[in-house]
Amino acid sequence: MNKTGFVLAALAASLMSTAVYADDINIKIGVLNDRSGLYADLSGEGSVIAARMAVEDFGAAEKGINVEIVSADHQNRPDVASTVARQWYDEEDVDVIVDVPTSSAALAVNELSAERGKVFLVSGAATSDLTGPACNATTIHWTYDTWALANGTGSAMVEQGGDTWFFLTADYAFGHALERDTSAVVEAAGGEVVGTVRHPFPGQDFSSFLLQAQASGASVIGLANAGGDTTNSIMQAAEFGITQAGQALAGLLVFITDVNALGLETAQGLVLTESFYWDLNEGTREWSERFAEELGTGNMPTMVQAGVYSSVLHYLKAVEETGSKDAEEVVAAMKEMPTDDPLFGPGEVRQDGRKIHDLYLFRVKTPEESEGPWDYYETLSTIPAAQAFRPMEDGNCPLVQ
Amino acid sequence: MFELLGITPQALFGQLLLGLINGSFYAMLSLGLAIIFGLLNIINFTHGAQYMLGAFVTWALLHYFGLSYWWALPLAPLIVGASGIVIEKLFISRLYHLDHLYGLLLTFGLALIIQGVLRNNFGISGLPYSIPPQLSGGQNLGFMFLPNYRAWIILVSVIVCFGTWFVIEKTRLGAYLRAATENPTLTGAFGLNVPLMITLTYGFGVALAALAGVLAAPIYSLNPNMGAELIIVVFAVVVIGGMGSILGAIVTGFGLGLVEGLTRVFYPEGSAVVIFVIMAIVLLIKPAGLFGRTA
Amino acid sequence: MAVDVQTTSNVAPVAQRGAKGMSTLHMAIFAALLVAGLIAPFFLYPVFLMKVLCFALFACAFNLLLGFGGLLSFGHAAYFGAASYVAAHAAKVWGLTPELAILAGTGAALILGVLIGSLAIRRQGIYFAMVTLAFAQMVFFFSLQAPFTGGEDGIQAVPRGHLFGLLNLRPDFTLYFVVLAITFGGILFIYRIIHSPFGQVLKAIRENEPRAISLGYRTNRYKLAVFVLSAGFAGLAGATKALVFQLASLTDVHWTMSGEVVLMTLIGGMGTVFGPIVGATVIVTMQNYLATWGAWVTIVQGTIFVIAVLLFREGIVGVISKWVKRPL
Repeated sequence: MNKTGFVLAALAASLMSTAVYADDINIKIGVLNDRSGLYADLSGEGSVIAARMAVEDFGAAEKGINVEIVSADHQNRPDVASTVARQWYDEEDVDVIVDVPTSSAALAVNELSAERGKVFLVSGAATSDLTGPACNATTIHWTYDTWALANGTGSAMVEQGGDTWFFLTADYAFGHALERDTSAVVEAAGGEVVGTVRHPFPGQDFSSFLLQAQASGASVIGLANAGGDTTNSIMQAAEFGITQAGQALAGLLVFITDVNALGLETAQGLVLTESFYWDLNEGTREWSERFAEELGTGNMPTMVQAGVYSSVLHYLKAVEETGSKDAEEVVAAMKEMPTDDPLFGPGEVRQDGRKIHDLYLFRVKTPEESEGPWDYYETLSTIPAAQAFRPMEDGNCPLVQ
Repeated sequence: MFELLGITPQALFGQLLLGLINGSFYAMLSLGLAIIFGLLNIINFTHGAQYMLGAFVTWALLHYFGLSYWWALPLAPLIVGASGIVIEKLFISRLYHLDHLYGLLLTFGLALIIQGVLRNNFGISGLPYSIPPQLSGGQNLGFMFLPNYRAWIILVSVIVCFGTWFVIEKTRLGAYLRAATENPTLTGAFGLNVPLMITLTYGFGVALAALAGVLAAPIYSLNPNMGAELIIVVFAVVVIGGMGSILGAIVTGFGLGLVEGLTRVFYPEGSAVVIFVIMAIVLLIKPAGLFGRTA
Repeated sequence: MAVDVQTTSNVAPVAQRGAKGMSTLHMAIFAALLVAGLIAPFFLYPVFLMKVLCFALFACAFNLLLGFGGLLSFGHAAYFGAASYVAAHAAKVWGLTPELAILAGTGAALILGVLIGSLAIRRQGIYFAMVTLAFAQMVFFFSLQAPFTGGEDGIQAVPRGHLFGLLNLRPDFTLYFVVLAITFGGILFIYRIIHSPFGQVLKAIRENEPRAISLGYRTNRYKLAVFVLSAGFAGLAGATKALVFQLASLTDVHWTMSGEVVLMTLIGGMGTVFGPIVGATVIVTMQNYLATWGAWVTIVQGTIFVIAVLLFREGIVGVISKWVKRPL
């Protein structure tokens, strides 16, 4: 067949297929996250698998929704994220971008999604600005945010008697914000902040700052940092016998992958807040085992990956409901319909774009308590959805004012 | 007991001790750079990556072969040093007739490759490595709790640094090396195998970096980027010290560790840049560096 | 100091011709590039093209210092990044029009160039590279901590605004032609500098500084001047990039950016007029296609570095220039 003939045939074929399935909706989902850096285990390929599982579990193909999933690595850089997102929206007709860990990258994509009128389902990013000053009518922040984690860990620690705090803060905007939010929670709960030290970002050696924290005599050392800085601080706190001497460490942005990297020997006793744990109940276990089989690295799903699954599922439900892929229409439907899935249980999407569900306060088990690989958490308490997230009126989101 | 700016002398002493530990790493790394620079006249940009490789090999020896820290202590520097020799033979040796800047660019490229490959294979979250049981625990010194492992770092680096200094300044082998540094052609004419000396020197400098990596493995986050930021600080250390003398590199390394330690107490916000500020001041007053000969 | 003997001998004839004005060959190439630049956005994604343009200007600015001043700076990200922060801040917070924002960014880069340059030129060769790197690291830490830079988030949602208060730059297509004009203007300006009497003195210093001193030139003044000019053009590129991507971020000031511009210049051909443009195009295109491959970008860039240094020191344009036996 010559070239023209081939093109004509292809054209005819595509015309025919549109004729047959006139009601089909073609959706293109872009999973944009970290595939090589600090958050690759937290999001990465696992998030792509989670999105694919959502499409399969929903039975999209049978319902006349053709879903294509593309993915890219943003290297945790806002400039790369914005370049990829631009190209996806402008050139490749991507309808919805999901995941996007790293606050700076998520804010960049959020901005672009607002401008291009596309749906943005955030799971990996932390900043509560996404449902605050930077909120956008077509963005939904799914899994967790800094306010929720600070609130969960902060108030729970004070409740358990940790009423004097010393902050180890990464010296840049993100660390400052985390420190500010947690201080407010601690003070509101009746605790007191006795001191703070700002460490350079990224840091290697935290011993000097940890000794200052120790000298302060505070009962809790709050780690207002993230990623490698947090794991380093925890390791060195163990080395200098700080936790053994009676001070508690509170990780304000720690994930199960960090605990896995640290090992229980070092991480034991750490208190943290997450919105999902694979071993919570029958539903999470069943899903997580399927997930782990697909992923094949031996890792269990993180809350970020679970959030990708849950958000894509709910998005597809809304597409089915509205029979359209118009961003505003679909997101309005997503906010209208209550959410429910085995991973996060019942919940809802608020007008400011915040998805709310229960959060859990966990304590990392000791090596003796742990019964097998990835058996890391003991549940201390459940924070009910209504109290877990920042009240809508405090967020300064222009959509709800 | 009097207090100085709200800090007791005991606490201050503790902080100085911590500064000394950081200084140990600066000293070992800048010593390696200085030795390589002395003979090869190149700035080894791969140094940070080789420090990181030392830590990774330590981890790999345990993970794949079950060899403990004590095996890694001699093996990792040997393995990484040997890889350094291969790099020198294959790549660097082809550049000696060119401007030194090409050596800098080449080693920069090599560093990118090494970091990229490890990032692809091991991610960046960091690998776990525990302090060997013989060195865990610590001593309560009254003013602070000093983990045994930190004391071990100071001990090893002081021995290695001054051992190296002794070999280079006081032994016959060192005399050959110094001769080759001063005038390679003449030294060659006296029957010494200068190219071999150059290769081995590069291997030794790299091994020093790897040894620092072994020491760092149990206490710092073990990830492919661990050397990348550190090496820039070490460059500044080298500029401050000037690369004229071995002793200069060692003293500057330990000294700047102390200065940085003090900054962390009195002005923690500035601790990331204090070494660069000192570098600017030294450049203004003594462009050749504290111990340097004018170029 | 001489960076590369071979390149140097290539460049010498340009100098003779340069005194009389632009050679016909160069004029033809510039014209061809301009035509290509004018029709490209009809076929390719304009944002990608604008990125290529910004980096082409950045690489040309860097090449002015390395290829013609003989000074290898490993900290050029400082000027590029600082200018992009200042331009972004000026456009977003002060509400300046784009041309004023870009001027503000360029001005900041010039000032920074004077501050750092006056210290850095006290050392030479490898030391100079390390010193510039260390200062760039200071700028990086400043950008990380200063309140106005937004830390890790950078300055986002920078408005592109209206050029001279009139022309709306929000459509990529419109902005493209403004960026094309800026880049072309910048590169032609650099070309003029290279071929001016000032450029001749620079070459004399690069070839043999003691001789230039003995001829009565205050070489440090010339070195500082070329340093500041190079920083200024790097700033112009950075400020423009901030408006294109509506974002100023830490990537722009990080030392890997300094490494990238060295790579662009090296692969294109240092000390050539058109090399940096070619180098920037190659590297930006490569990054674009490898973007989804994560760490492979780093590995490929490292490999190109090694190959370029070992086998290909003249760069792409350098090699072509040898074939056609004309300086390019």
